[in-house]
Amino acid sequence: MKMSIKFSLFAGLVGLLGFAPLVFEDYGLGLMIGIVSYAILAQAWSLFSGPTRYISLATVAFYGVGAYVVAVLNEDLAYPLILLVAVGIGLVMSLAVGIATLRLAGVYFVIFSFGLAELVRQLITWYEVNITGTLGRYIFLPFEAQHIYWMLLVLAAITFGIAWWIKNSRTGMALRVIGEDEVVASHVGINITRTKLLLFAISASIMTLVGAIQAPRWVYIEPSIVFNPTVSFLTVIMALLGGPHRLLGPIFGVIPLFLLFEWLSANFPNHYSILLGAVFILIVFLLPKGVLEFIDRFRLGGAAK
Amino acid sequence: MLTTSLVIGLVLGGTYALAALGLTMQYGVSRIMNLAYGEFVIVAAFATFVLVSTLDLDPLLSLLLVGPAAFIASYVIYAVLMAPLVKRSQKGGSLEIDSILVTFGLLFLIQGILLVIFGADFQSYSYLNVPLNLFGVIIAANQVLAFGLAMFLGVGLFLLIKFTRWGLILRAVAQRPENAPLVAINVDRVAQLAFAFGGMLAAQAGVVISMFQTFTATAGVVFTMKALIVVIMGGVGNFLGALLAGLILGLVEAFVSAYLDPGLTLASTYLIFLVLLLWRPQGLFGKSVS
Repeated sequence: MKMSIKFSLFAGLVGLLGFAPLVFEDYGLGLMIGIVSYAILAQAWSLFSGPTRYISLATVAFYGVGAYVVAVLNEDLAYPLILLVAVGIGLVMSLAVGIATLRLAGVYFVIFSFGLAELVRQLITWYEVNITGTLGRYIFLPFEAQHIYWMLLVLAAITFGIAWWIKNSRTGMALRVIGEDEVVASHVGINITRTKLLLFAISASIMTLVGAIQAPRWVYIEPSIVFNPTVSFLTVIMALLGGPHRLLGPIFGVIPLFLLFEWLSANFPNHYSILLGAVFILIVFLLPKGVLEFIDRFRLGGAAK
Repeated sequence: MLTTSLVIGLVLGGTYALAALGLTMQYGVSRIMNLAYGEFVIVAAFATFVLVSTLDLDPLLSLLLVGPAAFIASYVIYAVLMAPLVKRSQKGGSLEIDSILVTFGLLFLIQGILLVIFGADFQSYSYLNVPLNLFGVIIAANQVLAFGLAMFLGVGLFLLIKFTRWGLILRAVAQRPENAPLVAINVDRVAQLAFAFGGMLAAQAGVVISMFQTFTATAGVVFTMKALIVVIMGGVGNFLGALLAGLILGLVEAFVSAYLDPGLTLASTYLIFLVLLLWRPQGLFGKSVS
């Protein structure tokens, strides 16, 4: 009973959000697109990094690949097929990266994921300059802002659905055990590598799709545009602010921070990076477990320390 | 071409080795994974650039100014940003993850400040840009000097760590942090000093690099990556390993750039890193973990 109420609320909210393009002007819709896409990225990030505590800094590697697939194929294939190809490539890439790095201790993974976007960017740049002879590409697809928004909204609903499902399944349970203690996990018969790999692949495929769906908004893309490390950075900080092990955590992190950074980049474009870094440091110091946890403890009357 | 690649590789490798020694101090001894490490290298390069172009100071002299300044700055950064995290980690937090996140913020902070002051353009100054004939290879004198300096500083530090009491304490903390207090070593204090010393080495690598290379406000990330790879290659906390791994990486880059394609140097760096992680996660010169 309670379950069905929650589900109706969720469906109702998504439906309501679907009307946003009728209400908002271009600017407002742009903001909504940004918020929804970061909500997906943060949720996808939390899906893997929340329970396993592996800090992935590779978000933009997958996001950028998604955008690039669209740029390469946009004149040759039907759009749904392009999205399918994008997911496929994201999946293969994440499996390759995962098999190579997930067996190793946390910090090696952080380091590799940190540079992954840079590596992909250099490889694509090298390929474009030496093989195809052009660096930038154009994307001509007949989509307007609201179409992109709707697609993202559907993806967001699916992503939150997956997150909820995993949390309540055996896999979610296994993941939490892995996050607590890998030795215990292996003793109770959890296949650690396979579980982590599965989650990493799902998370990365979703990130690839976000990039692919957003791509038509750029019209012209170049490796340095779509592999901007700030995207990975923002995703991590938003997920952390909300609390990556809570289902609704990413939302609570994304909305305030997205609006804050939007305002900062409009008003202090030159000092954006500085402020971004400062906010990150503050969040790690003041809210190590996320804002939801903080509110909970406050509500329960415990000392807010 | 062979000898040219060899010489260029050794010059590059020397600076990587120097940078990696600093990082292995910070990560191996202080347990701080400093993702803003490359920014320290770049800040020092810019500081040298300013000293040389405004005061007409010799870059060698700026080494004496920038190094100690970086030591003090790193000492303070540790006290302000890292010490609270170390304290928190004793109550169940994770120092490794927290330090990664905080230094990631620091990375953007420093990069932002550099961008505001210097913009995003490539910078360089001219210093000892005279050709020198070395084993039949024509090479710029500044590169030869850079190599000499990197080797002098790197090997000097290695000897210091190997043969002094202070070095012994450092190695003790690097290898057995949990046992070091038993022999009356103040781990917190050693960690802070090692972090400051690491920052100083980063700065010295930056000064040396600025003598022969152009640099930008956003180039720090690549130096962090390379220093990290060298540290892991050498075996975390292994100082001689870092020195050798730095030279190897420099040589590999020079050869890939000369014989394959300059655009593939970073890719080759990564390839080495990956192969190494799979084959010997403890590093080329590290002892195998039981």
